[in-house]
Amino acid sequence: MPKSPYSVPVVGSTGKTGSWRTFDPVIDYDSCSRCRTCWLYCPEASIDLEEDGTPHIDYDYCKGCGICAQVCPKKCIEMVRTTERTGAK
Amino acid sequence: MKTMLMSANYAAARAVVSARVEVVAAYPITPATTVPEQIALLDEEGIYKGEFIRVESEHSAMFACIGASSAGARAFTATSSNGLLLMDEALHWAAAARLPIVLANINRSVSPSWNIHVTHDDSMSKRDTGWIQFYVASVDEFYHTIIQAFRLAEDERVLMPVMVSADGFVLSHTVSPFDYLEPEEVDEFLPPYKPPHWVMDPDNPISHGNIVFPEYYQEFRYQMHEGSKNSLKVYPEIEAEYKKLFGKYFGGMIAQHRCDDAEVVFTAQGTVGAEAIDAVDELREQGYKVGVARIRMYRPFPVEEIRKLASHVKAFASFDRGVSYGFGGHAANDIRAALYHSPHRPFVKSYIGGLGGRDVTVEDIKEIILATVRAVETGELGPEETWHDLLE
Repeated sequence: MPKSPYSVPVVGSTGKTGSWRTFDPVIDYDSCSRCRTCWLYCPEASIDLEEDGTPHIDYDYCKGCGICAQVCPKKCIEMVRTTERTGAK
Repeated sequence: MKTMLMSANYAAARAVVSARVEVVAAYPITPATTVPEQIALLDEEGIYKGEFIRVESEHSAMFACIGASSAGARAFTATSSNGLLLMDEALHWAAAARLPIVLANINRSVSPSWNIHVTHDDSMSKRDTGWIQFYVASVDEFYHTIIQAFRLAEDERVLMPVMVSADGFVLSHTVSPFDYLEPEEVDEFLPPYKPPHWVMDPDNPISHGNIVFPEYYQEFRYQMHEGSKNSLKVYPEIEAEYKKLFGKYFGGMIAQHRCDDAEVVFTAQGTVGAEAIDAVDELREQGYKVGVARIRMYRPFPVEEIRKLASHVKAFASFDRGVSYGFGGHAANDIRAALYHSPHRPFVKSYIGGLGGRDVTVEDIKEIILATVRAVETGELGPEETWHDLLE
């Protein structure tokens, strides 16, 4: 045991924290301009980019804060109730 | 080694040079101000080789030291009184992060009433933060104890921050000779600091200060307690080596004077403990079997040394230049607690005085010791606690 606890960066070191969400961001890819603003602002680094800038939400870790939807210049990210998106009850 | 003539604060600044400190972050507060002021000057002159960070508060000063120490740098700050108290959260952080930062605290009364002179309440109230605490009694002792403090703090068996306290004005602004060591001389004693467990390094990223839930939190606190207590055996080793290398020794965790055959032992922290040497010598000339035990290391508390003393004395007169409100003298309470499970439990008379910088003279100390001698002679403890020189 170390004298004071520390951790090395790994994906999901405290589990799949996406379960905390109430609302899910859903991207309308027809309107998305691939500007990467959502990726830049995401405080949880839960948006991954393809090479052309296409964003993908990582629902395993996204906390549903809605910042991406708020900053999106095209207003093409909608916050949808998790239960509605996943169909879960 | 060469003799220099300086105040304790200027000597502390020189200790920072001798110990090759890499980062100093400090904010001015009387009577500690001239420590960072002098370091800033030594920085400009190129004598101090490390970084000097001007911060906006003592809270920031300690967190800057935490950042520096986390990155593997040897870090130092100096403060007093309200400044030390503003650091409070960061003091706990530094200890729990096991960062070997050294802090020079110039003891000053806490306001109100506004008073810039010595009372030990500032550092005594921080005795439960995990910081190892020393109280010194001369400019020379302050200088050398700061150098020793880095070695103690950085010892892997200890790995706790160390606070070295000196009485405001009595030492901080009093000029006295001390023996200065060049950094090249200190190198043999104090090798560069290498963090033994974790370090903030962009090339090898880690995060520290993470959540630790009930499953493990207690174990880390236990290790802090063990680390602190380890200094009871590590410090004597360090002192012995220091004495061998530089011929300097200040009396161990409890500096004793004429205690071997003493029936009454006066205890104190800081300069009162040095003043008491004259009081003891004068009383010895009158035939009283008395001694003085100056508690240099207050945290961890040197329980075994107190028990050893208790095995052959009839009474302690414990002098505290501070008070735990509602429970009395800090050291008196600790001495009593240390003796509870000991077969030898002499009288422990508690004296509180010298607050706000009120002078504690040889005559004051003789009066206290003689009152304790009378308690032994009559077999009556008398008052458990006495506020010495209290106005009606």
